[in-house]
Amino acid sequence: MADIYELLRGKKDSDGNYQKVPVIVQGITGTFGSLHAKQMLDYGTNIAAGVTPGKGGQKFEGKIPIYNTVKEAVDATNSKVSIVFVPAKFFLSAATEALEAGIKLLVAIPEHVPIRDTMQVIELAKKKDAIIIGPNTPGVMIPGLVKIGIMPASPFKPGNIVVLSKSGTLLYEISNTLTKAGFGQSITIGIGGDPVNGTRLIDAFDMVKDDPSIEGMVIVGEIGGDAEEIVAQHIMDINFKKPIVSYIAGRRAPKEKRMGHAGAIVMGNYGSAESKISMFNMANIPVAKRPNEVAVLLAGKLEKTKD
Amino acid sequence: MRLLEYQAKELFAQYGIKIPKGISSKNIEQARNDAKQLGYPFVIKVQVPVGGRGKAGGIQKCHNDDEFEIKYPQLLDMSIKGEKTRAILLEKMAEYEKELYLSLFLNRSKRCYTIIASSEGGVEIESVKSQVIREVGLGDVDSQTAEEVAKQIGLQGKTIPDFVDMLQRLAKITVEKEVELAEINPVALLKDGSLLALDGKVVTDDNANFRHPEMDKYQEKTELEERAEKSGFTLVELDGNIAVVGNGAGLVMSTLDMLADNGGKPACFLDVGGGATTESVYEALTLVSKMKKVKAILVNLYGGIVKTTTVAAAFIKAYDDKLIDLPVYSRLMGSESEKSKEMLKDTRTKMFDSVEDAINGVVMEVNKRG
Repeated sequence: MADIYELLRGKKDSDGNYQKVPVIVQGITGTFGSLHAKQMLDYGTNIAAGVTPGKGGQKFEGKIPIYNTVKEAVDATNSKVSIVFVPAKFFLSAATEALEAGIKLLVAIPEHVPIRDTMQVIELAKKKDAIIIGPNTPGVMIPGLVKIGIMPASPFKPGNIVVLSKSGTLLYEISNTLTKAGFGQSITIGIGGDPVNGTRLIDAFDMVKDDPSIEGMVIVGEIGGDAEEIVAQHIMDINFKKPIVSYIAGRRAPKEKRMGHAGAIVMGNYGSAESKISMFNMANIPVAKRPNEVAVLLAGKLEKTKD
Repeated sequence: MRLLEYQAKELFAQYGIKIPKGISSKNIEQARNDAKQLGYPFVIKVQVPVGGRGKAGGIQKCHNDDEFEIKYPQLLDMSIKGEKTRAILLEKMAEYEKELYLSLFLNRSKRCYTIIASSEGGVEIESVKSQVIREVGLGDVDSQTAEEVAKQIGLQGKTIPDFVDMLQRLAKITVEKEVELAEINPVALLKDGSLLALDGKVVTDDNANFRHPEMDKYQEKTELEERAEKSGFTLVELDGNIAVVGNGAGLVMSTLDMLADNGGKPACFLDVGGGATTESVYEALTLVSKMKKVKAILVNLYGGIVKTTTVAAAFIKAYDDKLIDLPVYSRLMGSESEKSKEMLKDTRTKMFDSVEDAINGVVMEVNKRG
């Protein structure tokens, strides 16, 4: 599988610093795309090109070239990373174009992408050995180095805790409490709130689990599907030893109602909070009752590891 | 969206899956005519978008007019798990040998469709031990796969081609209508070896609605839920009296959990979304103001890209316009939260630094008012 760290931060140069990998923004001239392209630039992400069909030749912020196609943008910049801001109904064609043009990490921001379209994009990504993050994700971030997404910068600080989250705002909220408690983040990956994810919780876990620098992990789940159960089983199977704590949103949500996220729905017992919490308990992963409790539980777990 | 049984069966019939003769109605006047047309005996079945109606008494047999006149109004007035009756289905009873189970289901973790079939039907599939499970990619099922499944659940003779036919038609629905779940539970195995869909459950992918205008007629959203959707946010109406408003589905769910943990009763789940503006929050407050049961509003916002002042401005406008006259307990976190607090200090909005404090406050307020 493609290496997410290499795609996000490149290789170290002779001075031991990571290069800034070039990133393409698809839909850079839209309201949402331009707002976040600017925010990513401010954070220090190397936005190398934008793509908007029909606007090729123009410049974003007076300096970043805009191309009509992803292929042209890739040819000009050598970029392997793209973030997509197109409306949901155009996601399938935008993502297909990107993967065909050689993009290896595609961050899919749009919410409300039809599941069938996502499934088709995932099939293509498998063939191309590419990573899809999302759709309906806040994005991916290595605090202090690179932000490819729509998350605000303020909750995050560099550190050694991994945060994986289905929800965007809970990712910000919980990272903020971690930061305040002195736990910076080594990487944060938004899984997204859709029923089908390009990078599943277990995939995200596998992408980061072998990074020797990580000290612990926070998994922010929610009702719907069985991604949490599967990652809990996996953690037991591989006997992963580093401290993990979790939070699950939607414990008190009614069954068979979609709670905002397309994926946040309990059908029968499939997707229930009880099922997820009991699996995490089996895997010796404490589940916080409130977002604010996460940092406390993590501190406790880290303390035990030291003993 | 989740189709009601009679809607799912309409879809089944349209795709050539055999269903019992039945007629749906929403009032007894019409139903009396339907009863004549159908002829006794028949079953009357409550149409609600949740499971468990059999246990709740939502399915009754009728043998004559007297039974019908008593039972129909009872079922029409029924509520199951907080869901009111949407319609009543009158349906001929079928004599059958055996109940089977069949569904096509989006397996989210494997990211493919899965056939689940069993020789035991009519009960929740989770409780059935002998299941046959087959992964089928994007939902297309070829006849060979269907035949193998038929044999694996022990079907024989002419039932096998009947099952293959039913499964392939169900697969066609799954693919063409973009469904997350298409379930027939039970499938009746009739005396002559043929199969009949006795119940139907279909859940479609809401995000694909734009490709299926023909399905709009099945939309069962409330007026408020529809208005919310048009404004780009999500509203789920609930039974309680405290409106829960926030940005981001996860954060609103989490707020709802904490409120319920503390004895509060959520009146709604309202996610104003990531792109909240003063106008959209004002519209959200308009919707809340239309819910008569609401006694207080709990707001939990994590301002990131959306500034909390954007939201505060909407509250001030709502008070000025006399749109809301409710106490608001809020926690505004993140960008420009200090400025928001200043803006709202002379209003009925109480500001808290932590959501836990805001929740304690709102629960006490509502309890005090009784």
